[in-house]
Amino acid sequence: MAQQGLFGTSLAKKYWMALTGIFLITFLVVHAGINAMIFFNDGGVTFNTWAHFMGTNLIIRTMEIVLFLGLILHVVDGLMLWKQNRAARPTDYAFAKHNANSKWYSRSMGILGTLILLFLIVHLWHFWVKTRHIAGTMEPYGVDAAGQENLFALMADVFSNPLIVVVYVLGCFSLFWHLLHGFRSAFQSLGLNHKKYNGAIAFLGAAFAIIVPLLFASMPVAMYLGWVK
Amino acid sequence: MGNMKLTLKIWRQAGPSAKGAMVDYPVTDISEDMSFLEMLDVLNDKLVREGQEPVAFDHDCREGICGACSLFIDGRPHGPSRHITTCQLHMRKFKDGDVIHVEPWRSGSFPIIKDLVVDRGAFDRIQAAGGFVSVNTNGNLVDANAMPIPKPESDKAFDAAACIGCGACVAACPNSSAMLFVAAKVSQYALLPQGRPEAKERALNMVEQMDKEGFGNCSNIGACEIECPKDISLENIARLNREYLGASVAKE
Repeated sequence: MAQQGLFGTSLAKKYWMALTGIFLITFLVVHAGINAMIFFNDGGVTFNTWAHFMGTNLIIRTMEIVLFLGLILHVVDGLMLWKQNRAARPTDYAFAKHNANSKWYSRSMGILGTLILLFLIVHLWHFWVKTRHIAGTMEPYGVDAAGQENLFALMADVFSNPLIVVVYVLGCFSLFWHLLHGFRSAFQSLGLNHKKYNGAIAFLGAAFAIIVPLLFASMPVAMYLGWVK
Repeated sequence: MGNMKLTLKIWRQAGPSAKGAMVDYPVTDISEDMSFLEMLDVLNDKLVREGQEPVAFDHDCREGICGACSLFIDGRPHGPSRHITTCQLHMRKFKDGDVIHVEPWRSGSFPIIKDLVVDRGAFDRIQAAGGFVSVNTNGNLVDANAMPIPKPESDKAFDAAACIGCGACVAACPNSSAMLFVAAKVSQYALLPQGRPEAKERALNMVEQMDKEGFGNCSNIGACEIECPKDISLENIARLNREYLGASVAKE
């Protein structure tokens, strides 16, 4: 391990955590935005058009690799921080009032992140692995009204199972708590703390943490309940 | 004499490698005007009279400026009140019949010497790694006040310099991180012109020593700021993050 600089040191781990975190946040905006096309309620035509673009555009496909690298770095860095931080206090307090000085979700980023990762494995299996790497997945779903590959129909099929809908909603809950600390924390880690902007960052962070997971959670729920067809 | 009766649950550990345990001690005749340390003095007086080993704890100035006293009291560093050290905590904050846990700072980087006394030498070694300005003291000293410094800047530097190095930040942090301490020590110099020439080396060297001591990593939980007896702000940690980032990129 380096003892100084931008790799291996405690502060370097924070910078990488913050940078990959902000990168993953920007991904969430794109992902939520495109998926929200289902709410046009046009049998998935608009959504399928965008899904096709995302699945075939060269720049997007390249960014997909960068996205996976960013995610892996975020996860590995997070696990290293978790391990070191636990090791730093070999004997715990017999009696501690943690809630008197901090929020439970700020102290539980490792657990929340692990829950999100477990959700992601399920989520990637449902859509990414099946559509990209298992031939014939899309065949039963045919084409939509505009003659495009019908990813919307696959989505409707997956979310017809109430158990899966519950798993997705729980995943969004974990994401909400993770973002509630993570968004603001990323700015602090990069040294971006200033009286003039702290209020705006805190507001934006809380708003993002509520709106994006809520939007994501609304999709499986809306499809299961038949609000979106 | 007061009339409070309390049950203390105190960590007793005979030596650095001995096995420790929480031990119950009933205390009586406690006045609400006593400080927490004076209450422990009453307990120790009783223990000595009974031929038992008194409870070892750190204390020195007993007026909140030296940073010697510590103690994780009732689940929090320096007890339930904010912006005070244990010596400034008074028994009026507790009620008759209370059960109070008293533990040492818990951190792998602060090994226990005996009972409630921990070795905070790690802080000294971090300070020695860069917490100073190199000044020629060969008789050609420049008067410190000869250099005009804007009041807001000097106030910020002084707020950071208020850190007494007690270690409550480490004790409070779920990660056992020393970032608030290191950030205060880096900031008090980084904010003043006298500290700028060595700012890069200071940030790099002090963080290097912090990592070597085995403290955890800051994850911006914020418990340190709440428990700091001197109200050192998280702004200082952001400043250290900036200083270190700049120094890592620009150091030749």
